[in-house]
Amino acid sequence: MSFNIVVLAKQVPDTRNVGKDAMKADGTVNRAALPAIYNPEDLNALEQALRLKSKIGDATVQVLTMGPARAAEIIRESMYRGADGGFLLSGREFAGSDTLATSYALAAAIRKIGKVDLIISGRQAIDGDTAQVGPQVAEKLGLPQITYAEEILDLSNGTITVRRRLERGVEVVKGPLPMVVTVNGSAAPCRPRHAKLTLKYKNAMSVSEQQASSTDYTGNYHTFTIPEWGAADIEHEAQWLGLSGSPTKVKQIENVVFTAKESKQLTGADTEIEALIKELIANHTIG
Amino acid sequence: MNNIFVYLEIEDGIVGDVSLELLTKGRQLADQQQCKLEAVAAGYQLDKIGAQVFPYGVDTLYLADDKRLSPYTTLPHTALLVTLFREEKPQIALMGATSIGRDLGPRVSSALFSGLTADCTSLEIGSYEDKKAGKVYNDLLYQIRPAFGGNIVATIVNPDCRPQMATVREGVMKKEIRDPEYKGKTKKLEVSKYVKDEDFIIEVIERHMEKSKVNLKNSHIIITGGYGMGSAENFKLLYDLANVLGGEVGASRAAVDAGFAEHERQIGQTGVTVRPKLYIACGVSGQIQHIAGMQESAMIISINSDPHAPINTIADYVITGTVEEVIPKMIKYYKKNSK
Repeated sequence: MSFNIVVLAKQVPDTRNVGKDAMKADGTVNRAALPAIYNPEDLNALEQALRLKSKIGDATVQVLTMGPARAAEIIRESMYRGADGGFLLSGREFAGSDTLATSYALAAAIRKIGKVDLIISGRQAIDGDTAQVGPQVAEKLGLPQITYAEEILDLSNGTITVRRRLERGVEVVKGPLPMVVTVNGSAAPCRPRHAKLTLKYKNAMSVSEQQASSTDYTGNYHTFTIPEWGAADIEHEAQWLGLSGSPTKVKQIENVVFTAKESKQLTGADTEIEALIKELIANHTIG
Repeated sequence: MNNIFVYLEIEDGIVGDVSLELLTKGRQLADQQQCKLEAVAAGYQLDKIGAQVFPYGVDTLYLADDKRLSPYTTLPHTALLVTLFREEKPQIALMGATSIGRDLGPRVSSALFSGLTADCTSLEIGSYEDKKAGKVYNDLLYQIRPAFGGNIVATIVNPDCRPQMATVREGVMKKEIRDPEYKGKTKKLEVSKYVKDEDFIIEVIERHMEKSKVNLKNSHIIITGGYGMGSAENFKLLYDLANVLGGEVGASRAAVDAGFAEHERQIGQTGVTVRPKLYIACGVSGQIQHIAGMQESAMIISINSDPHAPINTIADYVITGTVEEVIPKMIKYYKKNSK
């Protein structure tokens, strides 16, 4: 029986390249100005999954993502790099989910996927930096977890051995499968797109994307339909989804404003630097 | 009942600074809420923990002493906290935003269905009005944290679920002894009542923990290099200046990402928060994420060839020039003028 790996991946706004137009005048985020990207650490996770797949042979890598219709891009991108396919969890019932409601929905989707031996995700997503969803999914599924993984060292006899990169050190730990592993950004980078796979799957679309598209793909040899699940497709209780399943509420959002100081302007001229140093010594800032 | 709990991180029998900082904040919040401050220690040979934490104003210290609880693994520590929290029903639970706290916190919150806010930069008590439900909640924990890569600051509340959980990074809160003679009670927990044998399923095969070589948090003078330094070689100038002045070298996230400096030198929201007497920013543009981690410095000098670098707006002194030119001069004139 094949070894089934599910990678949890998220499409995120690229908060690392935030320009001046990223914030609107009213202090809210201008999502349109931020390109949507594959969350960087989820790519590290995908790489670990793909390495395991080639090592084991009889293995599948499926990518599960939750988001709006355009998040199908994450599944396609994963397939360009070697994933077998994926599932898009999408729908208005999921809107407003905090990390806990997200993990509830993802856990339900993983149960629907069926026999899963290993769940791998990035440690955290750059739009929230919380690192909560991985462990929360593990708890919901009743599975053990290994966070901060840098490399999967071994997979044999139903156990997994992982090197973890911690803030102040390194740990090698071993535990039984099935397991949830979250991968650090210090892990190996993801392989690039494979040209043949990119050609093969560039028309892979979710049903809603196909409906929105003007091109007729029927009869196209390469068409691959990305399964799209809504709340009705997973076993759930409505109260745990979306806003009602989110114990945290946002009370207030503020734009970050720093109080500007009246700065003294200096040039690099010798006299000015010497005067500054003398002043710092005189007021005991240095020396 | 309904007290404030802090989970203690322990390495080699020593309670981590991040936990002591949380106890300091927890004590303030407990005073405000007129409740007790309680601490939980899970590990092995914990006899000396009490003496370390009671001065911070801990009223009750729970000890779960078992060889198998050290080093930390996820499931046993989770089981312990989940069961203890079900019994004690704390209103607030705090832990460090460390590799342990960020592994443990979400697990506990998921089990208890209680909200958790990661990496808070400020914790306050206040009220919240749920306009839709027409309900006002008093004495909630405001969990204040940057979001969206630091471009906004969000205040998060957990109106209905308890405990209200939050993690905080090391160095963000101040550490302050309440009373060296403070007397709290110790309660020993019977570990087998809280943790099942099956929870010990992760085996730690190897473990190398290093004491941090970089001590940014306690440095009075910090010289920080940004992406504008251009290379790791140019960072040597900063080390030279730091040696002469008796300071430490920090780096912006961009400089760390570019490989100019080690990650442990990173200052800002995803690194260390610092409040030195003197902060010299060299080739640092001043992303919001960086400024948030150093804006409380008593004096800020910015050395930048770009007179319009954002960091200049919060600097006391702006030196427009190149680092290669300015730093050797600073060293020269310091040597000349200091005794």
